[in-house]
Amino acid sequence: MTIAEARERLRRREISARELARACLDRIAAVEPRLNAFITVCETEAMAQAEEADRRLKAGDAPALCGIPLGIKDIYCTRGVRTTCASRILSNFVPPFDATTIEKLRAQGAVFVGKTNMDEFAMGSSTENSAFGPTRNPYDLERVAGGSSGGSAAAVAADECLAALGTDTGGSIREPASFCGVVGIKPTYSRVSRYGVVAYASSLDQVGPFAKTVRDAALVLGAVAGADPRDSTCSARPVPDYEAALVGDVRAIRVGVPREYFVEGMDPEVESAVRGALARLEAMGARCVEISLPHTGYAIAAYYVIATAEASANLARYDGVRYGLRAPAANSIELYNRTRAQGFGAEVKRRIMLGTFALSAGYYDAYYLKAQKVRTLIRGDFEAAFKTCDVIAAPVAPTTAFKLGEKTDDPLQMYLSDIFTISVNLAGLPGMSAPCGYDGRGMPVGLQLIGPPFGEEAILRAGDAWERAGGFERRPTRV
Amino acid sequence: MAESKISLEQVRHVARLARLELTAAEEQRLQLELSDILGYVDKLNQLDTAEVAPTAQVGEAGTPAREDAVTNRAAPDAMLANAPARDGFLFKVPRIID
Repeated sequence: MTIAEARERLRRREISARELARACLDRIAAVEPRLNAFITVCETEAMAQAEEADRRLKAGDAPALCGIPLGIKDIYCTRGVRTTCASRILSNFVPPFDATTIEKLRAQGAVFVGKTNMDEFAMGSSTENSAFGPTRNPYDLERVAGGSSGGSAAAVAADECLAALGTDTGGSIREPASFCGVVGIKPTYSRVSRYGVVAYASSLDQVGPFAKTVRDAALVLGAVAGADPRDSTCSARPVPDYEAALVGDVRAIRVGVPREYFVEGMDPEVESAVRGALARLEAMGARCVEISLPHTGYAIAAYYVIATAEASANLARYDGVRYGLRAPAANSIELYNRTRAQGFGAEVKRRIMLGTFALSAGYYDAYYLKAQKVRTLIRGDFEAAFKTCDVIAAPVAPTTAFKLGEKTDDPLQMYLSDIFTISVNLAGLPGMSAPCGYDGRGMPVGLQLIGPPFGEEAILRAGDAWERAGGFERRPTRV
Repeated sequence: MAESKISLEQVRHVARLARLELTAAEEQRLQLELSDILGYVDKLNQLDTAEVAPTAQVGEAGTPAREDAVTNRAAPDAMLANAPARDGFLFKVPRIID
């Protein structure tokens, strides 16, 4: 069931919000032992929210997401509900406040079925870096769900909820969306408030939705986007009606195809699924034009300096003093050293070390400043490209979902799988992953659509039109 | 294998800065992994960025200021609810230095 369908059935009182929540919770109970998409299931809270939603639906005061069951990545502060960021260091942390995004969804009467699994502090591309075990791919339980928002992607794919929230710093919404065969959107940087979202890299992090269709994703995006004085980076630009942008027409849209994104190392089945999608777009009246993003090859290097540097600052607050894990210690320095040693996983420690090094005296110019300059060049590539096209189409990842444990021995290999998503975060642009096919093993492949700044309408329109033209048929998952 | 991009002593120094107590095994492993990653990152030096301005922010909001006024209410119990140790309205910690 999509949100659009659920909304209609709730409105007609064919089903109640309570029944919908119950169905999701039952589904969660049935598949979770195999999937592990949730860190915390909020049974009592969800049923209470559903009851309130039913009251509003009956009274006729029901916003678009009233009664809709959602999964929330465990990086969003939810008042009174444990928020762990999949880390031992926050395994007992209960926020005393809601993130702005959560407040907005509560105001809509949405139902939160639970907090979804993720890579620890959003650092990873497979959800294997979770202190609560990995999330498995609903299409093949021996494979990863992607990351860092793997739990949210898997939960939507497996019908544990109708939509979910994730975050995307280097691809963490788009890549799991691609691996799990669902839609995932990373909006323009600053489109959605980051207040109450635990920070990984503050100039890259962005809030975004997962859903089964582009229309559903547009709905959730519209509900959470907009100004927020509590996030000083948040844009005050008015939020357009994203649903209204879904006019179903891609004629005369120029689709830029970056030549640097179709090189060796990409799985041939991924390439053929993506090229197939481009051919279908052309058949619908869009015009594909080759573009160049010459600095693509430097994006991963720039990202792993900038993101880790920002992370080293953002994660300095986890010290055992005010919340979270506290290790026994005789003095405060020992307190910090031991709490952090015991509380952080290996990937988090690696990134903190890298970031600290890049910012340290004697290395700041060579690493951090240099990476910031390369960021300018990467941004410039996109600015130039959007002079000759309206949206850019690309793969999301070089492969479909890999096997659990396949890339965990070599951190650099894991990082290199972010190649197609990472530039979009560096440039602050909107990007969406929409399913476009399956490989020979039945694993989903995603098509990435990238827009100019605040160009969400353009990518939503293109994705929705193509989806509605039957460009893709969803297959059932194996759970 | 390529010359190490970071020495064991540097790893220890960075761990001190980051307040991370590392085991000897972790130090060795991190030296290898960070060397590997820094070796990769070196490719940034292929680019001439002498005339390029750094990008610190990709949002358009700039650095807005707000009124220096209190907009929330004191809620000490809520704020202390997650404290590993508390003493009244204070977070209790081990002594700062021996």
